[in-house]
Amino acid sequence: MEPRRRHLALRESHSFPRHVIDQIHGMAEEGRYEIRGWGAKRALPTFDDLVFVTASASRYPIEGYRETCSTTTVLGSRRAAQPLVLDTPITIAGMSFGALSGHAKEALGRAATAVGTSTTTGDGGMTSEERTASKYLVYQCLPSRYGFNPHDVHRADAIEIVIGQGAKPGGGGMLLGQKVSERVAGMRTLPAGIDQRSACRHPDWTGPDDLVMKIEELREATDWQKPIYVKIGATRVAYDVKLAVAAGADVVVVDGLQGGTGATQEVFIEHAGIPTLAAVRMAAEALREVGKHHEVQLIVSGGIRSGADAAKALALGADAVSIGVASLIALGCNRDSWWDAESDRWVEAADEYEALGAAPGYCHHCHTGLCPVGITTQDPELERRLDPEVGARWMTNYLRAMTMELTTLARACGKSDVHHLEPEDLVALTIEAAAMAKIPLAGTSWIPGWP
Amino acid sequence: MSVAAREGTVLDCDELTTRQVNQGLRALPTGSRVRILNPRGRHNLAVGLVHHLDISIEGDVGHYVGGLCDGPDVRVDGFAGWAAGENLMGGTIRITGNASERVGASAHGGAIVIEGDASTRAAISLKGGTVLVAGDAGNFSAFMAQAGVLLVGGDAGEALGDSLYEAVIYVAGAIKSLGSDARVEELTEADVARVRELVELAGFTHISPEDVTKVASARELYNFDAVKAHNY
Repeated sequence: MEPRRRHLALRESHSFPRHVIDQIHGMAEEGRYEIRGWGAKRALPTFDDLVFVTASASRYPIEGYRETCSTTTVLGSRRAAQPLVLDTPITIAGMSFGALSGHAKEALGRAATAVGTSTTTGDGGMTSEERTASKYLVYQCLPSRYGFNPHDVHRADAIEIVIGQGAKPGGGGMLLGQKVSERVAGMRTLPAGIDQRSACRHPDWTGPDDLVMKIEELREATDWQKPIYVKIGATRVAYDVKLAVAAGADVVVVDGLQGGTGATQEVFIEHAGIPTLAAVRMAAEALREVGKHHEVQLIVSGGIRSGADAAKALALGADAVSIGVASLIALGCNRDSWWDAESDRWVEAADEYEALGAAPGYCHHCHTGLCPVGITTQDPELERRLDPEVGARWMTNYLRAMTMELTTLARACGKSDVHHLEPEDLVALTIEAAAMAKIPLAGTSWIPGWP
Repeated sequence: MSVAAREGTVLDCDELTTRQVNQGLRALPTGSRVRILNPRGRHNLAVGLVHHLDISIEGDVGHYVGGLCDGPDVRVDGFAGWAAGENLMGGTIRITGNASERVGASAHGGAIVIEGDASTRAAISLKGGTVLVAGDAGNFSAFMAQAGVLLVGGDAGEALGDSLYEAVIYVAGAIKSLGSDARVEELTEADVARVRELVELAGFTHISPEDVTKVASARELYNFDAVKAHNY
């Protein structure tokens, strides 16, 4: 009998799946690596691999909607005379004007103000729009020092010295020429249209001993009023956190491997740093070892998406979380259409996604400046696709919903304050997550690697 | 703090903490004259000031003297530690001795005059400021300098002007080596006039404006080019 195949025997290679084949084709044709936005897309152990063991007979829960569950979060109380007192531990991460449109920055600022949290500048300085829109604005001091100046230091509510970020720990910023408009270039003291590969090391200090003097400079410049944060990309977390504390930081920000970016080499995004799940526990333990846990506050970022993620980060020892990519999604990133506030209707954006070689749900083309929904662009025509008022409303709703999710879980664990969540409230679903978060595997008392 | 009408305000570091010195400076009205005594290498003196003061520091200072300022005129009668005039926006800083590493780092404006030598990474990340060195400047000076000018009255070290953007460097003495994307350009009449203004501003008498070497960016690294990837 002649053999007959009923189905195509399509079997994708695990080593060479379609996206790897495409990458190799691209490298072969262009002789360069891939640059893109967003964060890591690879599968990693995440907060999804932990679950709460909520109250039952051994612990009693707190009533939802009736009994109080505090979300008040104080950041910078170690040495700053005016720490930030936020209404939620969910903050907005540093993202530059340049990477983001002015409308996007304004929407984030207005939403943060509405819910009583902070937002953060980025590699490019502070715009008047975001200062006006944001009640609490954290001013980043980055290696590039683009636009950094004493007047904005005085206008800021806190200063964040950025040593690294999770998407590219050890690397500098990148803004490709197509996003460098006249205004962006002017703020960065560079010609318009050139690629901006900003420095990976600070110009005025090198090691942790120098950082002591740098932090003191900023404290003296602000009369010891404003909190000083130090942000690190999650690599050698235990050492870096202890050094930041020794240098005098009020707040340490740890950005895990999943942290996003406006543009960098994909090899960086996917292959450098450790997952947020591992980083948060390492950072908390480092703070505990030097006797500063919660005295120096810990902010964790990198792939935080929900109130559940925030609750788990807090339970593992964080004082607050920061969201970046998730906030852009709340503004409409990767949505199939954009809201035209003038004509009060949704407008399809399928053609623009296709022109980028992307599709809604898959787009990571922030680096091109051609964002189909007007968030990561400097093109005025595209920017108008995000109405700042509408964006602020979506973002406000998202932050409030996240905070409610957080308090739902905290109440169920019997906590009247979200900061009372603790590692004992969690169990792990996988051995990897159990080992990284140092949480027992569900149904056992086993923590891999621990006696 | 004591106030003498003829001499201006006096702040004595032997009696005051750094914070008290800086608070004292911030509290002074615009245009005031002030002497800072006995600095003994103290870090972070006269930082974050955004109004005009005439400040005289009588002795050696540590890191960041005059950092993050926009307005004061600061004179240091002595040597300075790292990053003197860091992120300066306006005003002047004059150091009569040598300046350690990274003088004028990221200075956006104003002028910094070093009457002695400057160590490595002078004018790093410069963004519009003016850094004038009477003597030599160390290795890696003007690294990634974006705008502004560095004048070196003596010799310049290795990798001068590495990854330069729009800043310009003038060197009266020898240049040990140029950094990536830096090149020597022909001196124009406008350059000579500019150098003449700079040496007059600094009070340098040993520099002949017609005899300096001009270094600027070749602008070949402005946009990523895979063929030149070894330069990145």
